[in-house]
Amino acid sequence: MDIYLPIAGVAINVFALLGIGATIGFLAGVFGIGGGFLMIPLLIFVGVPVPIAVASHADQVLGTSLSGLLGHWRRGNVDFTMGGIMLPGGLAGSAFGVWLFTLLQQFGQINLAVSLLFVLLLSGVGALMAIESIRTLLLQRRPAGVRHKLHQHTWLHGLPLKMRFRRSKLYISALLPLGLGALIGMVSGILGIGSGFLLVPAMIYVLGMPTRLVPGTSLLQIIFVTASVTFLQAYTNHTVDIVLVIMLLLGSVLGAQIGARFGARLRGAQLRFLLALLLLAVAAKLLFDLTVLPEQLFSVIEVSG
Amino acid sequence: MRRLAAAALLLLAAAAPAPAYGDPVAADLSSHVIEIGSGFTGASVVLFGATLGSGDIIVVVRGPPHDVTVRRKTKIAGIWVNGQSVAFDHVPSYYAVAASRPIVELLPPSARARYHIGLANLALEAEPPATPQEAQRYGKALIADQQRAGLFAKTTGEITVLGGQLFRATLSFPANVPTGVYSVDILLVRDGAVVGERSTLLDVITVGINAALSDFSVEHSAAYGVVAVVMALMAGWLASLPFRGA
Repeated sequence: MDIYLPIAGVAINVFALLGIGATIGFLAGVFGIGGGFLMIPLLIFVGVPVPIAVASHADQVLGTSLSGLLGHWRRGNVDFTMGGIMLPGGLAGSAFGVWLFTLLQQFGQINLAVSLLFVLLLSGVGALMAIESIRTLLLQRRPAGVRHKLHQHTWLHGLPLKMRFRRSKLYISALLPLGLGALIGMVSGILGIGSGFLLVPAMIYVLGMPTRLVPGTSLLQIIFVTASVTFLQAYTNHTVDIVLVIMLLLGSVLGAQIGARFGARLRGAQLRFLLALLLLAVAAKLLFDLTVLPEQLFSVIEVSG
Repeated sequence: MRRLAAAALLLLAAAAPAPAYGDPVAADLSSHVIEIGSGFTGASVVLFGATLGSGDIIVVVRGPPHDVTVRRKTKIAGIWVNGQSVAFDHVPSYYAVAASRPIVELLPPSARARYHIGLANLALEAEPPATPQEAQRYGKALIADQQRAGLFAKTTGEITVLGGQLFRATLSFPANVPTGVYSVDILLVRDGAVVGERSTLLDVITVGINAALSDFSVEHSAAYGVVAVVMALMAGWLASLPFRGA
């Protein structure tokens, strides 16, 4: 059973789309990430054009992130001050990212840019997370762990405009969350992903926020950034396919419930190790596709109707 | 029989407004509109017609022309990237030919080229600065790509001729058929020459919710963006409701 996607202009199997949504929802439930790094390649694989896949995914992440945020909010695990400072950076960054996306599309290099950026980010974050989680798993086996500081002080903590974040128990420069928001927003604009897999480690290791507050605060940031990316993509590139988004949301809502139950049974470090393996596997696959002789050397792009 | 055919011919000639010259050939489609709805998986249209006097029939279907860019990947530092490109103007977005007999038996190469019959005779216009060799090479790649996409027919369709004067053909369009106005040219061929010609139009349109959405997304893109955002937020809020108690 196929469904016609009006903006993409292609008919795709309904169950393929629901299945992709469910898979990503499952990962979101287990790991607390949007899963765009996996969803976009899957959508392209079933025949959704790259620009439509990227823009529509941002819209889908917006939906799943709000349902996640509401859960964290009820438990009081959101630092709104931190989120408020990151927000202007995120919005400016995402606008710049969408502009870059349009520019790269005109030069015909959007596919390359998306793939390369994914390889770089996935392998970097994946490797760091793998090392950290293995270390934690090994430490847990020993009877007594070594006590260490709440977080390491680096040059980042010497920046001006310091302000107090009560909920996070931090006294850091406002430029730090602002700049982080801008950087992540830009990546979201180009890749159409919520960038949760970047934001979560950055908030823990760069900002030094308590882990408890990180998922909710990162979701708050992701909501504003993906809302901005969705609007800008729809406005400038006409690439958001609402029918596609509805199909993906239906699947992901179901998958997220199953995933959350599954994730509750795993320990934090085990979870991070599995996620690291997933990131590294996707990075390896993307890199392999870039270097192996393509099946078709020529590609045809419609310039005007 | 002959009188019946002539009567049908007159009727068809009156119904179809498109121009004709030479020997009379009349033809019409079972429908002049293909509607793309939510469950669209392709469509077929029956072409039927009649001729005065015997002859063979060739039908050429062309989709609305568009401009395309063909890019070739090259290996740079171990990675395949899009390199050189050639732009082509006014390429038919869909192309198919049907004939009552193999075309090579019906028309000499010069006539096939003149009437742009067959993919080899598409006369693709490459934009400068492409050299003729590049134009040919990239043009071939363009045709191969469109064939894979099912938009350029790989084989010649069949036309059935009944009693020497009536003919019919089924024109099939794939699910990814581009929207727009298609031209259907019907050629009457006798003794290696085109002796009669008639054209008719076919409109491929999106209907219902699909048409409304795609029009809305282009004409009111800001409002569409807001709707996309609000819809996702509503869905997210609804999805969180079952967990409220937990």
